Amino acid sequence: MIELRNLSKRFVTADGPVDALNNVNLTVNDGDIYGIIGMSGAGKSTLVRCINMLERPTEGSVLLDGRDLGALSKKQMQDVRREVTMIFQSFNLLMQSTCLQNVMFPLKLIHTPRAEAEARARELLETVGLPDKANVYPAQLSGGQQQRVAIARALATKPRVLLCDEATSALDPKTTQSILELIRQINRDTGITVIVITHQMSVVQEICNRVAILENGAVVEEGDVSQVFSRPRAAATRALVFPEMASGEGPVSTGYGQLLRLIFEGSITIDKPLIASMAMDCGIAANILGASTRTVGKREYGYMLIEIPGGPDELARALKYIQNVPDVVVQVEAQYNGREADEA
Amino acid sequence: MSQFAKAFEPDKLQEAWHVFLTEFPQGLWETVYVTLLATLFAILLGLPLGILLVTGDEKGIRPLPKPLMKVVNVIINFLRSVPFLILMVMVIPLTRAIVGTSIGSVASIVPLVVAAFPFVARLVESSLRELDPNIIEMAQSMGSSTAQIIFRVMLPESVPSLVTNFTLAITTILGYTAMSGAMGGGGLGKIAINYGYSRYKYAVLYLAVIVLVLLVQVFQSVGTRLAARLDKRIKK
Ligand SMILES: Nc1ncnc2c1ncn2[C@@H]1O[C@H](COP(=O)(O)OP(=O)(O)OP(=O)(O)O)[C@@H](O)[C@H]1O
Ligand SMILES: [Mg+2]
Repeated sequence: MIELRNLSKRFVTADGPVDALNNVNLTVNDGDIYGIIGMSGAGKSTLVRCINMLERPTEGSVLLDGRDLGALSKKQMQDVRREVTMIFQSFNLLMQSTCLQNVMFPLKLIHTPRAEAEARARELLETVGLPDKANVYPAQLSGGQQQRVAIARALATKPRVLLCDEATSALDPKTTQSILELIRQINRDTGITVIVITHQMSVVQEICNRVAILENGAVVEEGDVSQVFSRPRAAATRALVFPEMASGEGPVSTGYGQLLRLIFEGSITIDKPLIASMAMDCGIAANILGASTRTVGKREYGYMLIEIPGGPDELARALKYIQNVPDVVVQVEAQYNGREADEA
Repeated sequence: MSQFAKAFEPDKLQEAWHVFLTEFPQGLWETVYVTLLATLFAILLGLPLGILLVTGDEKGIRPLPKPLMKVVNVIINFLRSVPFLILMVMVIPLTRAIVGTSIGSVASIVPLVVAAFPFVARLVESSLRELDPNIIEMAQSMGSSTAQIIFRVMLPESVPSLVTNFTLAITTILGYTAMSGAMGGGGLGKIAINYGYSRYKYAVLYLAVIVLVLLVQVFQSVGTRLAARLDKRIKK
């Protein structure tokens, strides 16, 4: 278990102090795939670097199974770093070493006998799906393959925690998918705790079970992914969950009627053509302004932003109709009501 | 001008050819071994110093006290700014202490090393600074000690760049040997000065220059090829 207690980090720069982290409190349980998401500059990298003490927190503590990492000697910290390993956005492979040598690198650091280290490295290359790349140099690999080698390397010392700092940000969506799938599989097979730092919503939705939203160095929301995403409370979370609405680039209201947000919390409703059946059953032709459906764990969920044309009457009927559909939550979008849209 | 033209008359050329056959092999050999030995010692001193400049830096992996780094930097800059000719004279006592004499090929190695090691230190520094800081961070995140970062990450990752820079060092030192040869050392520099400057035998001088230029070419192309061959970032 990893606990962050009142963690703060202040950088002193020429332009004055920068508070990268403000009193962060988090608990990551064993076996979690814990997402930490935030906009650029929110302090995500600083946070993850504090977890393995690459960055010393200015205040507060990091507890690994109750052990205060800040109190450890340099030598002890080096040992902890074999239990808490890391993968990076830029992969950070040794470019002058073969893939096999790269995976063996952490083992060489602890003077593992050569034969043993090599056997372990080959086994790991197998795990990440690159058994034939042992003697190839990283420059000859694609980004996704390089990240796989980096994952194999990070697993070499059998760590209990894997930190991923924007590990898929340099990859295309399809490769991202496969890397995330690999991480999930490793989490399942070994029970390793994973902390995923990202600015991409989709990454969290894809593999995380818990998530914390970081804004200006502070945690503004935290909880189960399905909870946080289906009912975002903090403005920062909404901006991340519904970027099209926050940016204003998304669908625009026609200005007539009331906007509703529908939140789907079960796999069946997604397949059910709710809007079509509402049109037939109540005669209300809702205007779909935006929709996004995703899979979280085994559960499908999603949201839809619709506009109910007409007045309070239609709105009441629509609300009643939707509220009767199981696993769907409906919210009246106050900030997108007709009056505001008229002004726009 | 007429004197210059006279230097290339058939009998002069014949004489030059004679010098080429009798004295150049020995001169070439002296130049090569002085260059190689001086480079070797310059690297032995300059490599650790260059590593220290990078790792001991304020933002390095093992920061050293600022005043110490300041002193090291000042000494390096001082040695680098003294003209080689003057440096040679300055280190005569040191040369005598080490070699026993300040004359001859072997003795000329001492001033060459003194002049070249700060240069090599700076070259090593620049090679190591080219390294992606993320790689160092990776090594730290895996629990590497300072020595492990230096010997398992910084140096191996910088090999192609170091080879390129050592090639630069060797060709520069080769240029210096010609100068030290003229000032009591041996090798092609001595031959060039003896015949060309002292006895107006320009044909010999030019022959010596040609051989030196060829030597630089050889060192340079070997170094360039070696660096390229060692660099695993180049897709093959
Ligand atoms: N070494 C440093 N010195 C000074 N300021 C820093 C340092 N590292 C980070 N910061 C500042 O701390 C804040 C948080 O930076 P951090 O890198 O943690 O953000 P991030 O969430 O990882 O952003 P991104 O998504 O762009 O990677 C930023 O304002 C940044 O400028
Ligand atoms: Mg970052």
